[in-house]
Amino acid sequence: MSAMLLKSVHVIDPAAGRNGRFDVLIVDGKIGRIGRDLPVNDARVIELPSSFIVTPGLIDIHVHLREPGQEHKETIATGTASAVAGGFTAVACMPNTDPINDNASVTQFIVKRAAETGVARVYPIGAVSLGSKGERLTEIGDLRAAGCVAITDDGRPVGTALLMRRALEYASMFKMPVINHCEDPSLKGDGVAHEGAVAAMLGLKGIPGASESVMVERDVSMAELTGGHVHVAHMSARQSLRAVRAGKARGIRVTAEVTPHHFVLTDEALARHGGYDTNTKMNPPLREEADRAAMIEGLRDGSIDVIATDHAPHHADEKALEFDRAPFGIVGLETAVSLCFDRLVHPGIIALPRLVELLSTNPARVLGLPGGTLVEGEPADISILAPDASVTIHAAALRSKSKNTPFDGWTLKGGVAATIVGGRVVYANPELLTLNL
Amino acid sequence: MTTATTLRHRHLLGIRDLEPGEIDLILETALAMKEVGARPIKKVPTLRGRTVVNLFFEPSTRTRMSFELAEKRLSADTLGMTTAGSSVVKGETLGDTARTIEAMAPDMIVMRHASSGAPHQLARVCRASIINAGDGTHEHPTQALLDAFTIRERKGTLAGVRVAIIGDLIHSRVLRSNVWLLTKMGASVIACAPATLMPPGLRELGVAVTYDIDEAVKGADVIMMLRVQHERMHGLFLPSAREYFTYFGLTPARMERAAADAIVMHPGPMNRGVEIDSDVADGPWSVILDQVANGVAVRMAVLYLLAGGEGEG
Repeated sequence: MSAMLLKSVHVIDPAAGRNGRFDVLIVDGKIGRIGRDLPVNDARVIELPSSFIVTPGLIDIHVHLREPGQEHKETIATGTASAVAGGFTAVACMPNTDPINDNASVTQFIVKRAAETGVARVYPIGAVSLGSKGERLTEIGDLRAAGCVAITDDGRPVGTALLMRRALEYASMFKMPVINHCEDPSLKGDGVAHEGAVAAMLGLKGIPGASESVMVERDVSMAELTGGHVHVAHMSARQSLRAVRAGKARGIRVTAEVTPHHFVLTDEALARHGGYDTNTKMNPPLREEADRAAMIEGLRDGSIDVIATDHAPHHADEKALEFDRAPFGIVGLETAVSLCFDRLVHPGIIALPRLVELLSTNPARVLGLPGGTLVEGEPADISILAPDASVTIHAAALRSKSKNTPFDGWTLKGGVAATIVGGRVVYANPELLTLNL
Repeated sequence: MTTATTLRHRHLLGIRDLEPGEIDLILETALAMKEVGARPIKKVPTLRGRTVVNLFFEPSTRTRMSFELAEKRLSADTLGMTTAGSSVVKGETLGDTARTIEAMAPDMIVMRHASSGAPHQLARVCRASIINAGDGTHEHPTQALLDAFTIRERKGTLAGVRVAIIGDLIHSRVLRSNVWLLTKMGASVIACAPATLMPPGLRELGVAVTYDIDEAVKGADVIMMLRVQHERMHGLFLPSAREYFTYFGLTPARMERAAADAIVMHPGPMNRGVEIDSDVADGPWSVILDQVANGVAVRMAVLYLLAGGEGEG
């Protein structure tokens, strides 16, 4: 029997109603007990600086691990190494691999590779339609049985209202949400940046916020029609937030996530440093200040459920193209926590328990995953965060195989001290922890 | 405004980066260069021994010829590379192309590219001076400079001149460069296009916006017509060329609303009978061929100034 006692640490676990000093005993990979003045017995005692917080393992429900098929961008091994370095104990991975995760054999491959090479928990998300082509439903029951936790055609929208209707109806039987990359393809066209003054000035083709909200509104209607659960991926436009709020107010099962880059950056980033940095190109695009401010307000007032990174690794060679030809997306796993502390917690927009809700409690609830709270007898998936640490992001030092981040060189307040998955310390930040975990 | 004595930048990527004094310097220098073109022997040794690469990733006839002529009149060694489409077509990144060209150690690169921002990306990795000869729908700085030169030639000044810019504005790099230039130099600009071809954010740049060509032309000293691509004529931008001409074509009748000494400009190539009536294009208002002639002088000035404003002769 191996035991570790986190002694008198600041535990924040909104689902369990905890926000205070507790002892956390980890025995054989599981939470043994949480309480005050627990007996040490033969446990290794770990003490942490008083400013550190201990939370249920953070869960990122929107990650592209790229395996199988695009291992030059990322693998399950490197992607989960990146996750734990970012404080995440679990990730849900998108199906737009090659081949697409649209059948149980691909799901089984991901589950097997994750068991062999992953250091974080990996929950596959299956495709809504075969090949994500928007024509025929996948074998959603089989996907569920093989380990999928949700369905999406991410990278592409669920093309038609009818397909969304059927997907919601069918997935409801298996208690899975349908996650949608909301974007009307005809309005998006070959746009590469948010439609507005910046794109007009830079001569870049625009993607209006309405290209997203028009589909969010459709999906809210489909969720109402079917009683199914629709989850809006990487919401970016203020009009979409309005639609989500209206849906929630009517009791419709709609949830939404926002990425750190959409609440930190605006399209002004495209014009900075000489302009046209392809690490500012993502889909949905960085939007204007009114949208960014709306996302912040949604995070504050509770209408946004989840912060997810849309971690989208691309090889440097792929990003070294003309702006309109480079692929969309940035890596996000290792920058999310610092951005959240620096831009949400320290400015007083949200309190620490709300941050834990957005990064752990709600991600688990939205996808029906284990975790999101610390429960005696359950696996010890724990994140140890250092809200006051000064962290400088170095793209070259990221554990992800890809380095495509617009945050290179940023110094932020708040970081990750350690990550524990199943009782095992899978990441310890040597700059923040001198003790040997 | 005082005329600058040198350019602050190593590259000419866009008008947006220029100070009014620098614009003035280029236009003043172009005046001297135009004189060279009027000589029996139209060549000076200014750029002897310097290498200029004309890197055209998009087909171009007039801009390319104009630059080549400018380079030759300054005695530069010139080298042309034309590839249709992006470097990526050949499986090469823009960075690879840049390094390949760099290895040949040119002094200047004149670059035309279908992607907005491609010269800016190249400028971050190249030692050579880069002259943007048109990038996507972003900027075409030497076109705006030659337009300004032509306006000054006719009107004596840019300050206070009323300029109407009419046509496919949303897809136009000429529009963007001209808006920056004209507003920096104190001209008043009114933009006119169908709502489907009007870029957002023009008002924030100090430009008046109208969908009514008669309002745009009224009292204008300068009317700048921009080309409407054929592929935009049928479908979701515009219903037909016929209807475009009805509502946005520049005709002699409409010219009556302009200032008595108004001039008409067009960067070419023109669509006669679509955006401009031949009677206007060939009429007394037209300075379209002056623009072409002035283009060489303005490009000579830019090459000369980016080379350091010195050299032999």
